[in-house]
Amino acid sequence: MAAEMEPPPLGNAGETDFRELEDGEDLFVSTVTTLEYPEPSSPEPASLPAEDISINSNGPKQKDVSFDDDPEDLFAEATEEVSLDSPEREPILSDGPSPAITPVTPTTMLTPRMDLGAADMFERSLDEIEEDNNGDTFDIHIAVSDPEKVGDGMNAYMGYKVTTKTSMTIFNKNETTVRRRFSDFLGLHSKLASKYLHIGYIVPPAPEKSIVGMTKVKVGKEDLSSAEFVEKRRSALERYLMRTVKHPVLLKDPDVIMFLESSELPRAVSTQALSGAGILRMVNKAADAVNKMTIKMNESDAWFEEKHQQFENLDLQLRKLHASVESLVCHRKELSVNTASFAKSAAMLGNSEDHTALSRALSQLAEVEEKIDRLHQDQAYADFYLFSELLGDYVRLITAVKSVFDQRMKTWSKWQDTQLLLQKKRESEAKLQFANKPDKLQQAKDEIKEVRSTLEGKVEQGEKDFELISKTIRKEVSRFEKERVKDFKAVIIKYLESLVQTQQQLIKYWEAFLPEAKAIA
Amino acid sequence: PSSVPPVHPCLRDSGARSVSVDLNNDASLLIDIPDALCERDKVKFTVHTKTTLSCFQKLDFSVPRQHEDFIWLHDTLVETEDYAGLIIPPAPPKPDFESPREKMHKLGEGEATMTKEEYSKMKQELEAEYLAVFKKTVQVHEVFLQRLSSHPILSKDRNFQIFLEYDQDLSVRRKNAKETFGSFFKNMVKSADEVIISGIKEVDDFFEQEKTFLLDYSSKIKDSTAKAEKMTRSHKNVADDYIHISATLSSLSVDDNTKVEGRVASDEELKLTELLRYYMRDIQAAKDLLYRRARALADYENSNKALDKARLKSKDMAQAEEHQQQCLQKFDKLSESGKRELTSFKGRRVVAFRKNLIEMAELEIKHAKNNMALLQGCIELLKSN
Repeated sequence: MAAEMEPPPLGNAGETDFRELEDGEDLFVSTVTTLEYPEPSSPEPASLPAEDISINSNGPKQKDVSFDDDPEDLFAEATEEVSLDSPEREPILSDGPSPAITPVTPTTMLTPRMDLGAADMFERSLDEIEEDNNGDTFDIHIAVSDPEKVGDGMNAYMGYKVTTKTSMTIFNKNETTVRRRFSDFLGLHSKLASKYLHIGYIVPPAPEKSIVGMTKVKVGKEDLSSAEFVEKRRSALERYLMRTVKHPVLLKDPDVIMFLESSELPRAVSTQALSGAGILRMVNKAADAVNKMTIKMNESDAWFEEKHQQFENLDLQLRKLHASVESLVCHRKELSVNTASFAKSAAMLGNSEDHTALSRALSQLAEVEEKIDRLHQDQAYADFYLFSELLGDYVRLITAVKSVFDQRMKTWSKWQDTQLLLQKKRESEAKLQFANKPDKLQQAKDEIKEVRSTLEGKVEQGEKDFELISKTIRKEVSRFEKERVKDFKAVIIKYLESLVQTQQQLIKYWEAFLPEAKAIA
Repeated sequence: PSSVPPVHPCLRDSGARSVSVDLNNDASLLIDIPDALCERDKVKFTVHTKTTLSCFQKLDFSVPRQHEDFIWLHDTLVETEDYAGLIIPPAPPKPDFESPREKMHKLGEGEATMTKEEYSKMKQELEAEYLAVFKKTVQVHEVFLQRLSSHPILSKDRNFQIFLEYDQDLSVRRKNAKETFGSFFKNMVKSADEVIISGIKEVDDFFEQEKTFLLDYSSKIKDSTAKAEKMTRSHKNVADDYIHISATLSSLSVDDNTKVEGRVASDEELKLTELLRYYMRDIQAAKDLLYRRARALADYENSNKALDKARLKSKDMAQAEEHQQQCLQKFDKLSESGKRELTSFKGRRVVAFRKNLIEMAELEIKHAKNNMALLQGCIELLKSN
């Protein structure tokens, strides 16, 4: 058959690669080599199913279509991330069954070798990114400070100083300071979300927009509540950046690095409507719509079912806890107010008391209660900043986690849809075999073959995507869990320590008061 | 909706309980309330008397009494003319389980929204609160009786002795003695007493001072009591929040602590607020004395006017004269005993404040130290994990 004189069936190419790889050669190079020139076919093609041969019998066009489509995308991204000379890369075929060598079922598409290589390489490259930090340990600290109002009236905005201190080599300098505004942060998040959410990475959400809060600031209201608002936002922005860079993949994203290092940043547009949570809401809504249209996914992987349930529970618990802590903050503020008013009343009572020693003792009591009131205020502050804000962060993070799970479902359903479509095309093709009009037949057959093999490529890609996102999510979830426990533990310890301090102060105050009470004669 | 089961708490916690100073000192007549029963809305107190006095039939005896019996006793004492010059110890307030009962009801309704652990913790707190209310009411009833027993004149009152000794139900007596217009009228009149007291021209320096002091102090202590109550309620809210938080935290399997604020709130309540509340009522009793004296003075002044009128008309002079003498006597007697009462009242008040302020400060310190130890233990645990 003419086909067999053409560039070798992809299976052969694969086999060739296999042998070459075993010698530790660069995969990328060998694959390219296969493309450039046909190698003499080895006697082994017979082991390949008939389908594979039929692909190649259509000549260069088919080949091009197979090769050009997806590889470009993958290569494009791969070159950004991968370090081609990394010695750690293992032979590709140790990563599980390669369809090129062992076709699993008749419906399994024989992928052009390129696709498989590139896909795996992209996957590998992100793995490597995570493990290989070029010898850097994770050492970076970001501070957001010095909020300054820029401009006047409704066009005014808050500028923040962002200082990055690091010893990591991906950054140009050990210490960089830039000025950013809130919409810059939102812009960064929107870029990261669009790049990474759909492939299963949990992108930390940016802080919420607040029309009320910002309007107060813009209008120039210089009171306690707007100062509190600015501080709340500053702290939230800092936490957001730290969370983002703690993610090994996001840390190396060029947008992140540019955000931290460039003195000038292109103004983020269309952040009017989009905030971190806004993007997630959009994504989730889209996912919901998709879900409604698709059949419920047969979750063959129990892990995902379990985790999904766990996160639903966690979401509920965190929201409940958040509500309780907010109630605590509110009540403690109330307690502070009531303590202050009691202190005043006790002072008046002391003034009115005609027994001198008792009068003095009552005044002392009033002073103690005043001090305690201030303690309560400080404690409320700690309650809020340590505890409540952390919980708020995590409630939003869980939304990101859920959206990532939904993305996986979307990926699955896309794959399934493509597979259904392929099935239909195959049926049409089969019907054509038994049609009665031979002259039109060849043209129709050619057309349908084209469409069918494109679909076969897409189905294979769909499966790969699904496997990839599943793998990514597993890793992300485990990282998230570790971070969560660490985060909570650290904050709770700090919070308990603040409570201890309060108790210590209380002891001091009451111990000072005791002799006054005893002195009443 | 869960109803609180009958409680038989043992209340032998004498030192920490009493707001007033040690009243049960005279061995000739010792009174205490060793236990009480709570059935539905009614509290049954067991009043226990140990005496060496011959006016009693036995040396050691107990009777069951209800809150209404105490009120009856108080009211009869107040209405006794002979005691007009005495500060009658304030009547104990009605046992009020409304607050914990309402909370218990709400808890029952919200049971579905909480975890089992959270629910049981909240229930525990409520039961503790209920117990605290219970202890308080027993204490306040006990102190009332002890004030009477330690008073040289009132302890000899016949009705008091009946109260302590009569082993039948007092309710029959109560119904007979109850003037329908009694308490209603009293309350009406009370609102006018401030006006009357501040209205009369005072001839006596002592009473002038006392009047000024008591009126001022009374309003201040009312204010302080209200603020202290508000403060302790806020504290309770904070404590409740901690319960919810700790329950949710443990279901998130993060180590936690609790009880940080809970105990402090309830002890603070017992000390400071009770002190203020008690003295608020006591001040009212002292004001009542002033009121009666003022009334007596007003009567005396009126009788003087009547005598003058009679003299002018030369009619009923002997009668008017006698009436005037009576009024004067009454007034003098009131003034004399009033002076005594008010002086000892002040002394009592100062001592009571001292005792309670010291105890409160000591409790605060103890709790803060406990909390610190608890918190530090938690921190160690978390850090070592």
